Amino acid sequence: MELFSNANDFLLWTRGDAFNIAIGLFIIGILIRLLEIFLLGRKQDFSEPRGSEWGPGLKNIITRSVVDNGTFKRAPFVVVVGYIWHICFFIILLFFVPHIELIHAMLGLKWPGLGSQFIDASAVIAMVALLAMLWHRLTHPVLKFLSTFEDYLVWLVTFLPLLTGYIAFHRMIDPYPLALGLHILSVELLLIVFPFTKLMHAITLFIARWYTGAMMGRKGIES
Amino acid sequence: MNKQTLFELLQQQGVSRRGFLKYCTALTSLMALPASMISTVAQALESARRPSVIWLSFQECTGCAESLLRSHSPTVEGLIFDHISLDYQHTLQAAAGEAAEHAREQAMKENYGNYLVVVDGSIPLADPGYSTIAGMSNLDMLNDTVAGAAAVIAVGTCSAYGGLPHAAPNPTGAVSVSSLIKDKPVINVPGCPPIPTVITGVLAHYLTFGSIPELDRLGRPKVFYGQSIHDRCYRRPFYDKGLFAETFDDEGAKKGWCLYRLGCKGPMTYNACATLKWNQQTSWPVESGHGCLGCSEPDFWDAGSFYKALSIPDGDYARAAGYAVASGVVLGAAAGFANQKTKSAAVSQHTKVSVDDFSLNQKDTNK
Ligand code: SF4
Ligand code: SF4
Repeated sequence: MELFSNANDFLLWTRGDAFNIAIGLFIIGILIRLLEIFLLGRKQDFSEPRGSEWGPGLKNIITRSVVDNGTFKRAPFVVVVGYIWHICFFIILLFFVPHIELIHAMLGLKWPGLGSQFIDASAVIAMVALLAMLWHRLTHPVLKFLSTFEDYLVWLVTFLPLLTGYIAFHRMIDPYPLALGLHILSVELLLIVFPFTKLMHAITLFIARWYTGAMMGRKGIES
Repeated sequence: MNKQTLFELLQQQGVSRRGFLKYCTALTSLMALPASMISTVAQALESARRPSVIWLSFQECTGCAESLLRSHSPTVEGLIFDHISLDYQHTLQAAAGEAAEHAREQAMKENYGNYLVVVDGSIPLADPGYSTIAGMSNLDMLNDTVAGAAAVIAVGTCSAYGGLPHAAPNPTGAVSVSSLIKDKPVINVPGCPPIPTVITGVLAHYLTFGSIPELDRLGRPKVFYGQSIHDRCYRRPFYDKGLFAETFDDEGAKKGWCLYRLGCKGPMTYNACATLKWNQQTSWPVESGHGCLGCSEPDFWDAGSFYKALSIPDGDYARAAGYAVASGVVLGAAAGFANQKTKSAAVSQHTKVSVDDFSLNQKDTNK
């Protein structure tokens, strides 16, 4: 109450200064991580290429999204719940109209949104999926042993935007500007943590898949 | 005159018992009370005295007073207004100068401890000279007048939260009534302007019960400000279905779809427009096709563009992003070169192991 004279001030701060800081750190972090990877370079390959790189590289980005049988047999829970979570998450992120408005304002791209009942259902499913994954992590002895602080941090900063978004959408905290402000703040936390944790996979997966596909393509191997 | 009860006054004006009950019914609904309260209201009004009201106008545009006075008569609002004893209001009173100030002092003396003070406009603290009445600073007049008041009603967003004068950079150092008055009940009736029905509803409540209604955390009567515009908006089904007007004259706008994308601040605004409406329940801003501005909320002038959706960041994020790209490239390059150096150092420090080394070790262990 001392810092912000009212909930509207808090909301304004999250939409203003806090957002600038978060987006700034996000961009800086991503650039550091990417340049680190790219500037490390690779030794030049002097062998005669047997196939092209680009085509197989791009194809690999898509084909690797399909689960292979072995992985599914070994960890069906992780695969199924993982897929459900990612799909629901992207539905919410990309098809909730206030989110589209944000993307439109920042990137100039716009598309139609989905009705709130779809968003609402996706949010509930996504939260249940995340809770199930946390439960899995805590009860699976090997997974639990391998888990570090970062794993739990990543879980938390992913879960909070969903939870606060759900609360704001259903106006479960009064006044609404406080609820919306908390939601925006939780997303800003996610943005800041993103480049420096394994959340970065959302970007590096494209590089890794492309590189694998391209290498195989060069060697003339079907990937 | 002030010793008269409301009922007596109405009788004097030829209002019958039946008419009086009708009036009570209207009042009850005006105060957003259940119909079961009508008899309680009637009983209370039969003995209620006309309160003396002193209306102080500070840094304001007279829009709030206009809102109340322009409501067509005969209305319940009008009746309420007739039945308070408005002893001082410098826009309306015939007297001017010393005589006017004398009326204020007189009303205060006669009703000390019992009169109501209505304030519209904010109070400048940067320099008292920014707004004075009869040579008296707004701050002095407020403190002086409120000293003997039973309660203060801050009408309009300026007196409730500072309003337009308080908007950044707030050149006059404008503040709200509630930030100055701590020892008297202050009822905030914000809006730019407030709905006349709400102003009179609050007066009616005081008139009827002699007490102030239940307030929310921003000092607003819960009966009128308890729900958000968005929750009571008739366009809400379109919001829920994902149907939005994209411009003010597209198909969506013509079909009455939700105005969120056009900057409607209904989701963060608590006011009664969606239920009480304006101009004798004719319409209200969202019904006429324009998004809510959030006028009953503190600092709504500084809450970003009226035409930007609520979810859009408000700062200069493009600039922040630009700086971030520049520093990200520099830091990334530095990190990249540091890594390269580590790598080449590792390569140069690498000592080759030959078969001989291996066999030597084997011999050693065999010993
Ligand atoms: S027009 Fe405004 S208040 Fe009405 S549903 Fe849309 S966003 Fe909410
Ligand atoms: S619709 Fe919003 S901006 Fe318009 S009068 Fe009502 S509360 Fe104020």
